[in-house]
Amino acid sequence: MFGPLTVKPSKSKGDKTGAWRVHMRPKYLQKDCIACRLCVQICPENCISGKEKNTFMPDYTYCKGCGLCAFVCPKKDIEMIEEGSQK
Amino acid sequence: MENNILLKPGHTACAGCGQAIAAKLVIEAAGANTIVVNNTGCLEVFTTAFPETAWNVPWIHSLFENAAAVASGVESALKYLGKKETTNVIAQAGDGGTADIGLQALSGMLERGHDILYVCYDNEAYMNTGVQRSGLTPFDTNTTTSPIGTKSTGNQRPKKPMPEIANAHGIPYVATASVAFIPDLQRKVKKAIATKGPKYMQIHVPCPLGWRHEPGATVTVARMAVETGLYPLFEYENGVLISKRQIAPKPVQEYLKLQGRFKHLLNNPDQLKLVQEVADNNIKKYGLKAEAQQQV
Repeated sequence: MFGPLTVKPSKSKGDKTGAWRVHMRPKYLQKDCIACRLCVQICPENCISGKEKNTFMPDYTYCKGCGLCAFVCPKKDIEMIEEGSQK
Repeated sequence: MENNILLKPGHTACAGCGQAIAAKLVIEAAGANTIVVNNTGCLEVFTTAFPETAWNVPWIHSLFENAAAVASGVESALKYLGKKETTNVIAQAGDGGTADIGLQALSGMLERGHDILYVCYDNEAYMNTGVQRSGLTPFDTNTTTSPIGTKSTGNQRPKKPMPEIANAHGIPYVATASVAFIPDLQRKVKKAIATKGPKYMQIHVPCPLGWRHEPGATVTVARMAVETGLYPLFEYENGVLISKRQIAPKPVQEYLKLQGRFKHLLNNPDQLKLVQEVADNNIKKYGLKAEAQQQV
């Protein structure tokens, strides 16, 4: 057990941290998106992807529901909704 | 999900962690040809819980105090192999690992002139072990080792001037940044990477758990720290102040009221005055006040 411990890069993909999300989750409306990529840049999980306008989407497997993407979105195109609601 | 991202999801940072945002922005600005050396701290613990790692670049952790020393060795080895021109070396640590425990190794690295970018993620206390005060904890902060009470208003010592200490080594580049100003942060990292010699960067990263604010308020809190003058953003090049972010100063209450760690100050005008003095001194020292209107 002692000595250098090494692991393969980016192996944390197995940690499904989305289970931490208990209260709110972001909903991407995909209507007024201008592809400014602010949500991609601010996401602490680094789990939002997308290229064109209105294609951005978080990976809910990892999203912890902090709400920063909804906060920084200049077009208010992301809203926080109750976890489990079908809205 | 894109495959070329350098700090992968699945790390175990708290929701809304400022350090996770900053670490991602720094490594993206530095690019894939980078070797990262990490001190012990939140960043090390949440990205590399054995047997997993979120890093997609070569990454090494040794002990709490010696990120700068290990990075010096990595840089020297790269030089010997003739690979230094194509590889960046980043040493990174939290504020405790920089200002208290790792200061000796950092000072040695700066003095020996290694071509390394040292990044300090400043969340203003030892957050990983349960919010103990560090050298970079600001004045009047409520932490577990500087608790408030009838005789105490929190941490009695001012924040250690780490950028000035680094600058006193006569190094080519010193900068402070904040997660609330992303383009500014990434520009500074790119500039530091392009500069030869030792570089020091200090990034203000809110910690929702230790500062006691909502996870979604990370950006608001970081922005307000800059706009009140409590966290000045500036750049030193070869010892000369070359740029600073100018502000229309807001009263410090705007920043303090957002966080539970400063809650005790809001009904204490005497202490508020002292905290305002800290901000005013910063504004005067770095010339932060915008002349006519707020600049970008």
